[in-house]
Amino acid sequence: MSTPANAHGDSPATTEPGVVAAAGDNEAQRREQLLSVENVTLTFGGVKAISDISFNILKGEIRAIIGPNGAGKTSMLNVINGFYHPQKGRISYKGKTRKRMKPYQAASSGIARTFQNVALFSGMSTLDNIMSGRSLKMKRGLIWQMLHVGPARREEIAHREHVEHIIDFLEIAHIRKQPVGKLPYGLQKRVELGRAMAMEPELLLLDEPMAGMNLEEKEDMSRFILDLNSEFGTTIALIEHDMGVVMDLADRVVVLDYGQKIADGTPAEVQSNQNVIDAYLGVAH
Amino acid sequence: MFYREAGQFKTTYEADQAMLPIAQDRVGLLLILLIAFAAIPLLASDFFISSIMIPFLVFALAAVGLNILMGYAGQLSLGTGAFMGVGAYACYKLATLFPDLNILIVVFLSGFFAAGIGVIFGLPSLRIKGLYLAITTLAAQFFLEWCFIRIGWLYNYNDSGAIEVPQRMLFGLAITGPHATPITRYLVILTIVAIMTLVAANVLRGRIGRSWMMIRDMDIAAELMGIRPLFSKLSAFAFSSYYCGVAGALMVFFWLGSAEVESFDINHSFLIMFMVIIGGMGSLAGCFMGAAFIWVLPVILRAIPSAFELNILAATMEHISSIIIGALIIFFLIVEPHGLARLWRVGKEKLRTWPFPYAT
Ligand SMILES: Nc1ncnc2c1ncn2[C@@H]1O[C@H](COP(=O)(O)OP(=O)(O)OP(=O)(O)O)[C@@H](O)[C@H]1O
Ligand SMILES: [Mg+2]
Repeated sequence: MSTPANAHGDSPATTEPGVVAAAGDNEAQRREQLLSVENVTLTFGGVKAISDISFNILKGEIRAIIGPNGAGKTSMLNVINGFYHPQKGRISYKGKTRKRMKPYQAASSGIARTFQNVALFSGMSTLDNIMSGRSLKMKRGLIWQMLHVGPARREEIAHREHVEHIIDFLEIAHIRKQPVGKLPYGLQKRVELGRAMAMEPELLLLDEPMAGMNLEEKEDMSRFILDLNSEFGTTIALIEHDMGVVMDLADRVVVLDYGQKIADGTPAEVQSNQNVIDAYLGVAH
Repeated sequence: MFYREAGQFKTTYEADQAMLPIAQDRVGLLLILLIAFAAIPLLASDFFISSIMIPFLVFALAAVGLNILMGYAGQLSLGTGAFMGVGAYACYKLATLFPDLNILIVVFLSGFFAAGIGVIFGLPSLRIKGLYLAITTLAAQFFLEWCFIRIGWLYNYNDSGAIEVPQRMLFGLAITGPHATPITRYLVILTIVAIMTLVAANVLRGRIGRSWMMIRDMDIAAELMGIRPLFSKLSAFAFSSYYCGVAGALMVFFWLGSAEVESFDINHSFLIMFMVIIGGMGSLAGCFMGAAFIWVLPVILRAIPSAFELNILAATMEHISSIIIGALIIFFLIVEPHGLARLWRVGKEKLRTWPFPYAT
């Protein structure tokens, strides 16, 4: 655990109000809620992966989800984007409450994600992987695609341009045409972020985007996440094990342990919470 | 040294996205088209055209169809032969029911029947994958073969059980039937195959083609990016089967002249699958290379003894050619399991960086 203070940006007080780190509950409540999870319970057979968890994500914030291995963090993301269906509880996204949702519906309502174990399209190039993030934005039908003239070609080129901005942003121009399967792990994670960015999501779920990276790669990735949040206003939910990174990036942190929520608050609050310290130090339950 | 993109700067994304961004490749393709459309009709013998080129094109088109499904969308199918059969029987029925309809329109319409049947037998792909899916397509193969035999209506209750291609004209020229010359048939087939390959290339490099590859490579991620697996898989089955269906129609109407169920049996499914695997999964050029390798090479090998007046029995030569082809298949698959197209690409890559192989 490193810096206790929120080092997001240089001085939170001077940045524009929408992006300011939520200092406490009062301020947090004033900001618009993008997603809220209410009393969600998810079980696999006998295993309770998530039990009765509630928390929310505010528009424009970076929200970290932390916890020891097997705490239910990935399961939580899977619930949010419709991959798992919780047995109990409700999820409201942009004011609409839902119980069940298909992953592609989540995608079309503006939720994108990356995976704990890189899930790129291994047979395709970096460029095509990121282009695939534009799938929902491309509208031309089969006939135009078959001819590949006029509107279909213009559409393809317009999206290519957008994708090139992402490639520049992530500094991966040199691997644009390479098949992603052979790229080093750190770059694969970056391409995966690019693919999620291409969807222009309102809510971006990142499952351990820095796992297995060295310090320099982590710094790059942190920079991308912060820029993404401040430049494009993307709301980010982030799972991360490196506490230093969490302290630096997150506006608010929710802590899970054995499928239960044990703390929720600013990084500083969470860090001094006795439950959290116990969970991480492995005090007997 | 001569195959190099140095100095060819692309200033627009459009140029970069072109199908063949390197000038030498474009020249190469132009040359191939020139040979196919001009040199072969002018110079080649009837035997070469009707026994080598026409079947080669038919199989290449069927391989394109299967490759879309297997190589691009990642769905295994052993029903290619039967899907070709659906196209052929549909073409025959349409041609005899509507004798005045232009035969080319009939050919293109018959593909839709194959596409429909393909979608029906593609439904299990929503639940099962890989070899298990292959088994259900195998069931499709046998079921459809059974239909081709039992449903007399399909071959107009001919005593022979075969479909006989009627004569049809285009611009006053017989293009199907016994009086159509090999060159006419060849040119018709070549035009259709060239256009359909171009269309396939267009679809594959656009949104729809990408959605197939997304499902192939990582279906979970594809779904979370807004691809509906149902639509994507079934559209791949439809598109692929359409191509196989048209290939089947072409096979009967422009090559065989008449056909029975044997022309669409499981052996043909395997033959086309070999072409795709040898040529290269996920490569259109590979379909043509695979078809050439599996169909053209044996014909040439068999023709060697008579050309050099060697005294070898035809049957012996048949065996020798099988052995050679088998050995070559094993050799190529060991050297490059991803097929001839990949071998070709790796070779070009080497040429591009020669003499500094570490330059990239
Ligand atoms: N598909 C599944 N089937 C059965 N059990 C599952 C499934 N997914 C998760 N679990 C169980 O749910 C619990 C929470 O798993 P989850 O992957 O959400 O943990 P996590 O917090 O992401 O852990 P890690 O830090 O290791 O990634 C674990 O006990 C896990 O075994
Ligand atoms: Mg996890």
